[in-house]
Amino acid sequence: MSEFNLDDCPRIRRGFRLQWEPVQNCDVLLYPEGMIQLNESAAHILKLVDGQRSIAQIIAQLQEQFPDVQGLDEDVLTFMGVAYAQFWLESC
Amino acid sequence: MHNSGLSPAKTVQSPPLWLLAELTYRCPLQCPYCSNPVDFARSGEELTTAQWIEVFRQARELGAAQLGFSGGEPLVRQDLAELVKAARDLGFYTNLITSGIGLTEKRITELSDAGLDHIQISFQAADEEVNNMLAGSKKAFAQKLAMAKAVKAAGYPMVLNFVTHRHNIDRMDRIIELCIELDADFVELATCQFYGWAELNRAALLPTREQLDRAEKVTQKWREKLAAENHPCKLIFVTPDYYEERPKACMNGWGSLFLDITPDGTALPCHSARQLPIKFPNVKEHSVQHIWQESFGFNKFRGFDWMPEPCRSCDEKEKDFGGCRCQAFMLTGDASNTDPVCSKSEHHGKILAAREQAEHAPLGVEQMVYRNEKMSNIIIKG
Repeated sequence: MSEFNLDDCPRIRRGFRLQWEPVQNCDVLLYPEGMIQLNESAAHILKLVDGQRSIAQIIAQLQEQFPDVQGLDEDVLTFMGVAYAQFWLESC
Repeated sequence: MHNSGLSPAKTVQSPPLWLLAELTYRCPLQCPYCSNPVDFARSGEELTTAQWIEVFRQARELGAAQLGFSGGEPLVRQDLAELVKAARDLGFYTNLITSGIGLTEKRITELSDAGLDHIQISFQAADEEVNNMLAGSKKAFAQKLAMAKAVKAAGYPMVLNFVTHRHNIDRMDRIIELCIELDADFVELATCQFYGWAELNRAALLPTREQLDRAEKVTQKWREKLAAENHPCKLIFVTPDYYEERPKACMNGWGSLFLDITPDGTALPCHSARQLPIKFPNVKEHSVQHIWQESFGFNKFRGFDWMPEPCRSCDEKEKDFGGCRCQAFMLTGDASNTDPVCSKSEHHGKILAAREQAEHAPLGVEQMVYRNEKMSNIIIKG
């Protein structure tokens, strides 16, 4: 299982690209010969992944952006778990 | 609202998410399992740079997101970097699918500057001698190794592709080990599918079931080892449908997400559909939108209405779409028949006979027909 800490600064792995696709009406993550359609919350999280912000900072920023959403930190951690396990993300 | 009958409800056609640009049939190698048509020598003139870019623009507008540059050997095209740049500027994720022959460090830099996203290099075997014999080239293996290293050195994600068959599948352990040594991000271990030249050479290529089972077990062991090390490399094992009882969901359904443009501009719903007795549209004569949404060829096997029995009443038809139209045509003479891989097909005996042949009367490496222009011309003359 992939390990990560709140202080880790994730970046999108080389060869993976986040992009808005108008025809599919959603953000997608593109990678060698493949594509994952992202739901809105996954897209919001990934857009903040820049190799500079730590996971804690990403959570803080999203809480500021969406003050009414409950359990946002858990959503982010769950997503990070998947994204690290799938090797979409790596820590700087 | 009442239906006036003037505007019949029309199902919205899903977009061609995957665009394959087969830039050329020219290739320095002669692999006897090449998926190019056996009569490639009579293909018309290749599309120009401007014609290709216009195809990319139109396909992107329809929603295409992945673009594969393939062939033949796409590096033969001197305008490759220009095509990559145009595609990347349009927003495509650009994949180069190459044998590595013709690649140089200078060219890797050029393609990187053009915005190429990923490079896939195909190998014929993990041993120099077998690799070069299958490729029909004495220098191929050393060149591939050097280029795989250069691709990684340039920071690219790399997919290594091994087409496996009875003459190299027993070396699966060494194949995977080599891929890990070369630091591949993804490894495709694709058992030969029998189209084009591979179909011609099936008796020399189809592995036995025992060989296949062994290779799958070796792959599984490696997966466990990589997972335990938290290693990012992903192993993708493609079994040959000849050992299945149900057909593959070929192309995820006819004209559902895959659009192949061949060197002369003929548009196909899959690499091998050119052999079917169907007139397929050409991008020189029609827009990509017309081809994808309206053309006869792309609508021929869409949906389920075209299906005869046993597919028509089968509760698995939405899962496998009746299998592969090309395989049905090659093995039964009628492209709308059930894919004979399916044990419900009355022609399933042909698959059983091929398995039997793999056990008892296989052909050797030296008996294969190698893919080159001379041989293609001989095949055309019949």
